[in-house]
Amino acid sequence: MAENEVWVYSENKNVCLELLTAGKELSEKLNVPLASLVLGHGVKDVAEELSEHGPNKIYLIDHASLERFDSMSYAAAIETIVKQEKPKILLIGATKRGKELAGRLAARLNAGCMSECTEVDIGDDGSVIAKRAAYAGMAVATEKCKSTPAIVLLKPGRYEKAPSGGKGEIVELSLEIPEPSLKLIEFKPKEIKAVRVEEAEVVVLGGRGIKKREDFQMLEQLAEMLGGCVGCTRPIAADLGWYTEWVGLSGVAIKPKLYIGVGVSGAIQHVAGIKDSKVIVAINKDPEAPIFKSADYGIVGDLYEVIPELIKALKEVSKKEG
Amino acid sequence: MRVIACAKYAVDVSELRFDPSTGEPILAGAKMKLSDVDKRAIEEAIRLKEKHGGHVTVLTVGPESAKMGLREALAMGADEAYLLVDPLFEGVDTLVTSLVLKKAIEKLEGFDLIICGEATSDGYSSLVGPRLAGLLGIPQVAYVKRIVEVKDGSIVVERDLEDGYEVVEVKLPALLTVTREINEPRIPPLPAIMRASKKPMKMLSASELGIPSELLGQDGSAVQILEAKAPEIKRKGVIFEEMPADEAARKLVEALIREGVLGG
Ligand SMILES: Cc1cc2nc3c(=O)[nH]c(=O)nc-3n(C[C@H](O)[C@H](O)[C@H](O)COP(=O)(O)OP(=O)(O)OC[C@H]3O[C@@H](n4cnc5c(N)ncnc54)[C@H](O)[C@@H]3O)c2cc1C
Repeated sequence: MAENEVWVYSENKNVCLELLTAGKELSEKLNVPLASLVLGHGVKDVAEELSEHGPNKIYLIDHASLERFDSMSYAAAIETIVKQEKPKILLIGATKRGKELAGRLAARLNAGCMSECTEVDIGDDGSVIAKRAAYAGMAVATEKCKSTPAIVLLKPGRYEKAPSGGKGEIVELSLEIPEPSLKLIEFKPKEIKAVRVEEAEVVVLGGRGIKKREDFQMLEQLAEMLGGCVGCTRPIAADLGWYTEWVGLSGVAIKPKLYIGVGVSGAIQHVAGIKDSKVIVAINKDPEAPIFKSADYGIVGDLYEVIPELIKALKEVSKKEG
Repeated sequence: MRVIACAKYAVDVSELRFDPSTGEPILAGAKMKLSDVDKRAIEEAIRLKEKHGGHVTVLTVGPESAKMGLREALAMGADEAYLLVDPLFEGVDTLVTSLVLKKAIEKLEGFDLIICGEATSDGYSSLVGPRLAGLLGIPQVAYVKRIVEVKDGSIVVERDLEDGYEVVEVKLPALLTVTREINEPRIPPLPAIMRASKKPMKMLSASELGIPSELLGQDGSAVQILEAKAPEIKRKGVIFEEMPADEAARKLVEALIREGVLGG
């Protein structure tokens, strides 16, 4: 039996590599093996690849019922092996699928689950401790989980990806797994942008103050001059569909050198995702907009006048510098 | 169609203040309201009833003051509401909250669909819905942004995931968690608010739900919050206002040059 092991799981391979880094720290502190779970159908190559990034073991469950991610059948599979092997900690990537899976699994195991964690550690008493954003990102909470296993949902992008090295043993398990309970009718993929907003040094971020999709071209131009990229608030992506991802509590968190919010009101859920930026600039026509309270520099004015002037002023500077 | 909506009466985070000396939230007397997305769960339940007939029950685990939120739900069009209230339900984790909801649901007359919000505005864990589905042993679909079709014995929904939109069919009874984008909740007119005061609102305690006390409170919770503090954020707050746009733009560019954030 694998009592007390540290296990990691994410349906996303890159997130799984991050979990392996966090898991390694924990397993070394506890002096127990680190294992990664791989679930799916025809995923032996994924297991092979992950086995070369630090885990002592890979538990591979390859089953036709796991062909597509389904939180019910995936939770059932993990529930079975957790009950069998009794790990101490289960780190799961806090993607949407990961959270849906972890909640259900935690209920099936009657276990505690800490969600949206940014850091995980072992306390002096051996318990699992994690930090997470609280009150829509305004505060940082430290939580402790006393159940075994302790389930920790770790936010993507917080740990480096585990480098290659070593070779973990692949343990293939065969289990009875229920058929998926969701019938897939259609999957409409979102297009993935080439430059990822969370990696950009400068982010020009548009909100509902921008009236038309075409008007984002202005921001694209500004971003290009500054060597950065464009992001947006949740309504622009989720309601209007002009971009696929948004910045904030429920979207991605960014920490660029320079953030310029244009026509963004600065709702706390949005500010939660930008507060680690080095310099925050706000452009908004409403002097009372909350974003100004979180800003280093602000211009109160109509973005349709300010942005062209800003582009002009930047051009002048670059001309002077030659 | 019998629909249950679960909603939290939560701290209104946009009004929450923190003690400047300790960084801790000032929760005593903090303004509370129905959690944003949970209100949309209630709205969606009511819309289903309006379209397909049926009955809407709203459940909340919370303090006495949560009656205000339940009244709002009744005024919006829910048929009945339950406040699950007990000192042993306070300050608990998602494990206990979902257990309390499960016990209450087992006391009801049955259901076809449970709707929760994708996450609450204060806790933001996204766990209670999937936990509840897990406890009840029914299928779940999280992050639903649109109900496509209600069929006989199943429902087709579209959900919003990081990499795409997934349209799936799930057999009933099932649990959905819905996103902020699913609808715009109605503001009930005065007559509806008046009528709501006559609709049934019941309170149930731990003993009425038959839950032993060791499964509740801090003892029953697996996750404990050790501390919650707002980090001190220092921002310069230099605002250029009441000047022409070109002047403001030039001043901003000068400031950004001084900050060393312009150019590679
Ligand atoms: C659970 C939950 C999670 C959420 N997560 C996120 C998240 O991750 N990210 C996120 O962004 N939001 C999130 N939200 C939504 C958030 O609460 C706000 O609704 C949203 O951020 C507002 O977006 P906005 O600033 O673009 O729009 P608005 O709030 O509508 O603001 C538009 C601003 O533009 C200004 N404006 C208008 N015209 C002009 C003009 N011509 N020139 C200059 N200024 C102008 C207005 O003064 C206003 O301040 C979440 C909400 C909930 C409930």
